[in-house]
Amino acid sequence: MSGSTYYVPEQSKWPILASVALGLLAYGAAMTITSMTADRDSIGPWILGSGFLVLFYVIFGWFKDQIREEAEGLHSEQLDRSYRQGMLWFIFSEVMFFAAFFGALFYVRTFSVPWIGGEGAKGVTNMLWEGFSATWPLLQTPDMKQFPGADAVIDPWHLPLVNTALLITSSVTITFAHHALKEQKRQALEAWLAATIVLAVVFLYFQAVEYHEAYTELGLTLNSGIYGATFFMLTGFHGFHVMLGTTMIFVMLMRCFDGAFSPEKHFAFEAVAWYWHFVDVVWVGLFIFVYIL
Amino acid sequence: MATVDVDLPHVKDEDPHHHGPAKGLGRWLYTTNHKDIGSMYLIFSLCMFMIGGTMALIIRAELFQPGLQLVEPNFFNQMTTMHGLIMVFGAVMPAFVGLANWMIPMQVGAPDMALPRMNNWSFWILPFAFLILLSSLFMPGGAPNFGWTFYAPLSTTYAPESVTFFIFGVHIMGASSIMGAINIIATILNMRAPGMTLLKMPLFVWTWLITAFLLIAVMPVLAGVVTMMLMDIHFGTSFFNAAGGGDPVLFQHVFWFFGHPEVYIMILPAFGIISEIIPTFARKRLFGYASMVYAVASIALLSFVVWAHHMFTVGMPLVGEVFFMFATMLIAVPTGVKVFNWVATMFRGSLTFETPMLFALAFVVLFTIGGFSGLMLAIAPADFQYHDTYFVVAHFHYVLVPGAIFSIMAATYYWLPKWTGHQLNETMGKIHFWLSFVGVNITFFPMHFVGLAGMPRRIPDYALQFADFNSMASVGAFIFGFSQLVFIYNVIQNVRVGEKATAQVWEGAQGLEWTLPSPAPYHTFSTPPEVK
Ligand code: HEM
Ligand SMILES: [Cu+2]
Repeated sequence: MSGSTYYVPEQSKWPILASVALGLLAYGAAMTITSMTADRDSIGPWILGSGFLVLFYVIFGWFKDQIREEAEGLHSEQLDRSYRQGMLWFIFSEVMFFAAFFGALFYVRTFSVPWIGGEGAKGVTNMLWEGFSATWPLLQTPDMKQFPGADAVIDPWHLPLVNTALLITSSVTITFAHHALKEQKRQALEAWLAATIVLAVVFLYFQAVEYHEAYTELGLTLNSGIYGATFFMLTGFHGFHVMLGTTMIFVMLMRCFDGAFSPEKHFAFEAVAWYWHFVDVVWVGLFIFVYIL
Repeated sequence: MATVDVDLPHVKDEDPHHHGPAKGLGRWLYTTNHKDIGSMYLIFSLCMFMIGGTMALIIRAELFQPGLQLVEPNFFNQMTTMHGLIMVFGAVMPAFVGLANWMIPMQVGAPDMALPRMNNWSFWILPFAFLILLSSLFMPGGAPNFGWTFYAPLSTTYAPESVTFFIFGVHIMGASSIMGAINIIATILNMRAPGMTLLKMPLFVWTWLITAFLLIAVMPVLAGVVTMMLMDIHFGTSFFNAAGGGDPVLFQHVFWFFGHPEVYIMILPAFGIISEIIPTFARKRLFGYASMVYAVASIALLSFVVWAHHMFTVGMPLVGEVFFMFATMLIAVPTGVKVFNWVATMFRGSLTFETPMLFALAFVVLFTIGGFSGLMLAIAPADFQYHDTYFVVAHFHYVLVPGAIFSIMAATYYWLPKWTGHQLNETMGKIHFWLSFVGVNITFFPMHFVGLAGMPRRIPDYALQFADFNSMASVGAFIFGFSQLVFIYNVIQNVRVGEKATAQVWEGAQGLEWTLPSPAPYHTFSTPPEVK
């Protein structure tokens, strides 16, 4: 590599606009939520909305520039490696984000719920709600008035099992798509990508059905104590990632229709595939620790 | 650091592709240049340091005498909270990132950071995040008042409305830190000049590599904990509410799982800086280069398993207390290795005492005092007495002010001639150093005594017997605070005037950055230098 000159990307207006977008989103979201809870009107939703507008403008513009520069052959191999490493570290940061919520789940299950029920070293906390007994899933919360527990929880062996199969299959189909890309089989590539999107959308649909059932039939809500809190936090955060991932795969499909990606250079595609596998692995963790155990 | 021999074919900007900086405001808004971005980080950090410092002086003015004189207790709480948040996230962390931006590409022989546009993005998020945080001061109910550690339920059930703004501010700030860290790792792993093997990297680069890893690992956990707060406050969950089966102590566990590595994020780059400066002014190689690297790595790994030493009094099972006590003490071993190596580097060196070296020496001595008080706090049964007293305040200010902040000042004085092309004004530098050194000790040393005697932290009033030491601390704080004006004067003067600096700047300086002319060209290396 010695002797070659380095490539440094040109100035760009996108990062600063992206910062403006994040600022508007943060301020707007805070204002919207605060006024919602306090039950009053505010201009929060407008700020939030303008944040989204700027964000979409940035996403389109930035990626367009990026794709153009790549097509012009400006990107060096070194930059490509930096992108790869950047993406992997980003995924690692997401793993740690999930770890915080999984950690919360393990903590309440092994420590705080049993303690409130009178068990172990800190069992004296049982005096707070005498007669409360620890179970999991926690249907009887310590204070049923403030946090009315659920009547029942989701049965893992119905929709969640189907969803597990869907997501694992989608991990396989995106890998097939990747192989097709490397072998220049464009039609197969597009078909496998489309299949992945279908699987993902069905998954999301089933999640929505499950949430609906939880709220309307099982009384399992955000408000139904720590079981509901951890359940919706983990599955909801995961579902949000599935939505993001699906959108990204959709964009990849559109770019494939445009004839993008060569068998050698297709970093964007690979990054999306990695992300998708990550979302899958998290789901397997969820299926085991949230639904089954 | 291993000696670095270099071949420098092209250091000048001959390549027509590499023009100089753009003109006007656009240069700063759109820049992808690591030096511009580094400067912006440093200037931002200095502004935050002044704002956070003003809040500290408000706190110390109130505490000058017992009784309530200047501010309302609730406003006092807002000041302690905002002071902590601004100093940690606005002053210390951005300063280190600014130094990383300036120095890492130069030290590893790269033209710039690996992902220059993301670099610009990481910086420009910060002003927005802190605008949101500071704007909370003017909101109904006031700014966050629950301490920089924002324990639930103070920060959930009993929080002012502005807490939601705080939460979203933390979210985007975290995004900025994570992107900054990813960029630094990619630069170090991917942009080193040929021949710059990992174990030839300067220690500042090493410590930042490990710090960046810590950042990526724990900033998301911080985001997770504020997200749970958001859900508890607005969406009816009970993560931190025992009535629903949650636990306020859960908050503390998640927070400190972030929080303890966070304190190392604020000290590891400082270790790197000191390990650069001491060899230069001792005119000797750093003693035990490899052991320094291993020490930093083991400190970083251990920092994931000691978090509950902040929670000894909250009620943990006995095994927990014992485990976290011993794990914490274990960290003192690699820390001791580092201090030993610094001292051994100076042993029989031909020392001179220019301003950067003075700050570095003060760092070694005063940081060690902070380390020792940390060890005292790590003894669980003793911590039952010390916890939440001014002794803890003394501890962490010793590691953070004459620790992290002094290292930032040392680094600024050390590399400033490289940035501006002007030699330092040593007299003014020394005035700044001595005022700061005296001010810091008058401020924070008495806090050990009042803390051991039982004065609680975060309270605007105190019992009469603590009066003398408190007035002393307040006087010290004003000396320290105002002596920073000398620092600002020094930096501005150095940018404007001064003797022309040589490339080497300091007689004993080693490393790639000193092979570049001073001031360093806008684009550092257009072709990779050869490191032998
Ligand atoms: C030898 C190394 C160290 C040990 C053994 C140690 C130990 C401790 C312990 C046990 C506490 C909790 C005290 C309590 O709340 O009762 C504490 C607090 C603290 N330490 Fe350290 N520490 C060390 C180094 C550091 C370093 C290097 C930093 C930062 C650069 C740091 C920053 C802090 C901060 C900010 C707090 C207070 C947090 C708060 O409650 O607001 N410590 N330390
Ligand atoms: Cu700690």
